[in-house]
Amino acid sequence: MDAPFLIAAVLTLLSAIAAISLRNVVHCALCLTLTFLGLATLYLQLGAQFVGLTQIVVNVGAVAIVIVFAILLTRSSDNPGESRFNKGAIWAGLICAAVFATLVVAINTSYVSMKSGAPAPPLTVEKIGHELMGRYVLPLEAIALLLTAALIGAVIIAMKESNEKGGGQ
Amino acid sequence: MTLETWLVFSAALFCVGLCGALIRRNAIIVLLSIELMLNAANLNFIIFWRYGVNADAASGVMMVIFSIGIAAAEAAVGLALVIAVYRHFKTVNLDRIDSMKG
Repeated sequence: MDAPFLIAAVLTLLSAIAAISLRNVVHCALCLTLTFLGLATLYLQLGAQFVGLTQIVVNVGAVAIVIVFAILLTRSSDNPGESRFNKGAIWAGLICAAVFATLVVAINTSYVSMKSGAPAPPLTVEKIGHELMGRYVLPLEAIALLLTAALIGAVIIAMKESNEKGGGQ
Repeated sequence: MTLETWLVFSAALFCVGLCGALIRRNAIIVLLSIELMLNAANLNFIIFWRYGVNADAASGVMMVIFSIGIAAAEAAVGLALVIAVYRHFKTVNLDRIDSMKG
């Protein structure tokens, strides 16, 4: 186990736990951004440079901003006297611990090929571009359509309802 | 670095996200936890691409690129829904949004 992995993994896990447990929602969003950054460094360590940089651009850049906007638009809704956890939080925690234990047991007992010392497979941006325009051109078009539809749908859903005054706005 | 270490880390990240989605009352935090789980799945794709038998192909990286795109679309639609719900109920507390509960 080497030091860069350990630092990034501990940072990612701690900021993820902070993101789900802090009281202030803005702090949660900032911790989530830190988690995304830690994940990007882990992608870089795994030899997937393009994915790591995409993670920074998309998740750290765009998704975090969208989350902060949503927090600002739904402000002043939290009641400070109220608990931020559900009534069944203990059971939920137990379920999560059980899921984690099951996954760890499954990982450690299953047969997987271990190539710990293997070098990272060479994958340049040029090759990714050729693949995207060749073998993966249909999924690329499908995801372009999906993104367009999703963004138009998001705008329509979040638009103000105009049922009181009948039209306008 | 062995494959097991990476997989256990990714499982831990997934379970943190699952826990957040189950225990929190704020709808935005629940969406944020779903993002965490999606990212753990993406990490798994990259891990198996790196340590898998056919590591030369670009399949794992392509999968993650498309998955990140879908996650971005999901975040946009989900947060728009949260804003619409907030405008209707004046709260994002999931325990109070119970109009359809008998």
